[in-house]
Amino acid sequence: MELFRIKHDIPFMSYGRYTTSISLVTFLFAVFFLATKGLNFGVDFTGGTVIELHYQQSADIPKIRAQLATINLPDALVQNFGSSHDVLIQVPAKQNIAGAKLSEQVVDSLRKQDPDLEKRRVEFVGSQVGKDLIDNGELALILVSLGIVGYLWLRFEWKFGLSAIIANLHDVVIILGFFAFFQWEFSLSVLAAVLAVLGYSVNESVVVFDRIRENFRTMRKAEVSVIIDNAITRTMSRTIITHGCTQMMVGAMLFLGGETLHYFAMALTIGILFSIYSSVLVASPLLMLLGVSREDFIKPEKNAEEVLP
Amino acid sequence: MNQYPLWKYLLILAVLVVGVIYTLPNFYGESPAVQVSPMHAGLKADNALLGRVESILKAASLSPELTELDGNSVKARFTDTDSQMKAKDLLVAQLGDDYVVALNLLPRSPQWLASLNALPMYLGLDLRGGVHFLLQVDMKAALNKSLDATASDIRSALREQNIAYSGVSRDGDVLSVRFRDADARSKGEAEISQRFTDYALNDKEEGGVFLFQATLKPEAVHRIQESAVQQNLVTLRNRVNELGVAEPVIQQQGPDRVVVQLPGVQDTARAKDILGRTATLEVRMVDEANQAVAGAQPPFGDDVFRDRSGKLMLVKKQVILTGDRINDAQPGFDSRTNEAAVHINLDGVGARQFKDATRENVGKRMAIILFEKGKGEIVTAPVIREEIGGGRVQITGSMDAMEAQNTALLLRAGALAAPMEIIEERTVGPSLGAENITRGFDSTKIGFIMVAIFMIAYYLMFGVISVLSLGANLLLLIALLSMLQATLTLPGMAGIALTLGMAIDANVLINERIREELRNGITPQAAIHAGYDRAFGTILDSNVTTFIAGIALFMFGSGPIKGFAVVLCLGIMTSMFSAVLISRAMVNLIYGRKARLAKVAIG
Repeated sequence: MELFRIKHDIPFMSYGRYTTSISLVTFLFAVFFLATKGLNFGVDFTGGTVIELHYQQSADIPKIRAQLATINLPDALVQNFGSSHDVLIQVPAKQNIAGAKLSEQVVDSLRKQDPDLEKRRVEFVGSQVGKDLIDNGELALILVSLGIVGYLWLRFEWKFGLSAIIANLHDVVIILGFFAFFQWEFSLSVLAAVLAVLGYSVNESVVVFDRIRENFRTMRKAEVSVIIDNAITRTMSRTIITHGCTQMMVGAMLFLGGETLHYFAMALTIGILFSIYSSVLVASPLLMLLGVSREDFIKPEKNAEEVLP
Repeated sequence: MNQYPLWKYLLILAVLVVGVIYTLPNFYGESPAVQVSPMHAGLKADNALLGRVESILKAASLSPELTELDGNSVKARFTDTDSQMKAKDLLVAQLGDDYVVALNLLPRSPQWLASLNALPMYLGLDLRGGVHFLLQVDMKAALNKSLDATASDIRSALREQNIAYSGVSRDGDVLSVRFRDADARSKGEAEISQRFTDYALNDKEEGGVFLFQATLKPEAVHRIQESAVQQNLVTLRNRVNELGVAEPVIQQQGPDRVVVQLPGVQDTARAKDILGRTATLEVRMVDEANQAVAGAQPPFGDDVFRDRSGKLMLVKKQVILTGDRINDAQPGFDSRTNEAAVHINLDGVGARQFKDATRENVGKRMAIILFEKGKGEIVTAPVIREEIGGGRVQITGSMDAMEAQNTALLLRAGALAAPMEIIEERTVGPSLGAENITRGFDSTKIGFIMVAIFMIAYYLMFGVISVLSLGANLLLLIALLSMLQATLTLPGMAGIALTLGMAIDANVLINERIREELRNGITPQAAIHAGYDRAFGTILDSNVTTFIAGIALFMFGSGPIKGFAVVLCLGIMTSMFSAVLISRAMVNLIYGRKARLAKVAIG
């Protein structure tokens, strides 16, 4: 079986103007939603308490809210979680509330209503921890970016490192834009997924770049745009199959992994989709723009001294 | 051209065999067990204890599958939770307060695997259930405590040397010592700089008042903070022992934080009470006029306590000194007799109180009592030989170095060096933990099957080879995780699924390359060779970038994210090995021998 048997190279570079404007528009949309709606940070980052409870029968949400109001928590967020038997209670971090003991108060109070309820999970995060996590996340993002640029510079050339990282940060911003637009919870595991995408989608650009470098050596006479078009077309089959396979794994997590892994897998899904696009249609035009040329790889040969007969 | 030397096949085979051996324990499951470990550092789990546990269980006709001495604990494994519970109750009743009896799960893997140190993967709290706490040590309080102690020490030092001063005060983290004239100040400064080497001094004059300011040197600040955290760790360890947790983790994280992990604990309220409890220490006089009688009401004005060997002792109600006057207690040796001793350092106020009390009670015994959970226990009850001034106290007599160390520990552990606050809690119930395992396992399984079907349909024989090498990758990854005993969390399981999805990339790259070379009209053997050769550079580059992301996640991630990062990094390594070496070995075995290969099944 072969799904992609492409006879002629697709002239990707001649679409450069359109593709660049498409990605610019999506990028601007993402930035717009990030700026206006902002990320819905989970308790990991904002601090606060999350309690997951399991009831034997369908949980009566209004009754739970009423009970929580009696212990001075009228602003607690109470909602179903996965099924009607499961309830998620979120209490934002507040000063002067005995944060660490809050979960016991809530559970004890709700046990009065229904002694059979099961405490499934409690997460309490103090506000200082959340701040540290944000700082560490930013540091990790910077470190990964620098590491990747550095490595690609070493293996290829600075133009490659720069265009790869711009393409990938573009992916990251778009993932964040999705999370801002849908107001999905941005938790610690989503952050991990975002950073993993950063490392993973560079793969994509690396594979194309590798081909470009190879083509510079083998297709001696060709134009730069022809070389890039050929590299993209030749690797396209691999790109789609690889991402399809990774997406099968991630899709299994998305649907079977439960609530904890759902948004983790969601971030990966968006990241995988956009990394296909960006490696081909963002990184490569950028490379052209930065003026990549054969001389970047092949040092002009010095005329060796020869003794001719 | 497509043949490996024999040693390469053997190497790959050896790696696979090791992989199978270390993956095996994960399939045997775990059995309920009881774990007995000593409560105090002085006691040891030894063969005597093992014998005792065995005979107790035998007497009750409980037959454990296995009893063993492992590190500093004795473990007994049962077939069902019923006999496990019975055994626990029995052991608690018969062994007494000196031992912690905890419920645990032990791997059921056969002895020969255990002797190879092959253990199942170490599951994180989100998979096995339990509580995770992150505690913040209040460093400012630790420094203030030390500064306050120094302020009173400075006063007594100046008084001792008859240097006139007008006041010592602490303002934030600066100590100001005021004098009436410059002369007294220079004398005072000389004295203080000699005695308190941890402080930097500088002169100042404010409206005719001569003063100098003392601030802690940075290295001293560092030392105080470090020892505060260390002391809190010791105290926490002692307290967690009471909870009867089988494998608690108590670790320093960063300069001022402590992680406490209690697998299997569900009663979080009790755990918090015990961790946050403040123990107190009191020094009182022993009532030597009366004898303590078991069960009888103590005489008026007395309390009755047990000492560490369990003997009853009458102690006066009047308190001479409380534990917060103790700055430090260290084990050591008497400089004259070379006997083991405990050196106690009291603060200024405590030193004065202690001097008065010892002057009046020479020849009598005093008792140092540790109160925890509202229950007092006499740590030590030495005889007062002479009046003791200056705040330096030494306790000697009838103890060895080990006991001196324990006593010093108890005297210090009386209170936390600095208050601690719970800043993070993650509790996962056992049912959710089990569910998380199933979910993680299911999504990996389904994903793997889908990828396998697709790969085989798309690449035929080469697809089969890719899937087999992907399976080898999974095997090696699990073996490596089991071997390193790295903590497997739910994000870690997601990491396994993700690395498998990403590892297939290497095979796809190779297979596509081979197809392309074939299309260019090269012979199959040459195409295979070129495919593996050319793809390798690309595989390396793309894996290194993901590896960089993994390292950064490991460095900055906390808890579950670290678990993900570990799996990601290990998975990249195993996938390089399996995608390149193992799949190549299979291709070589299948196609490499045929000199005239007309066609390969690559779809």
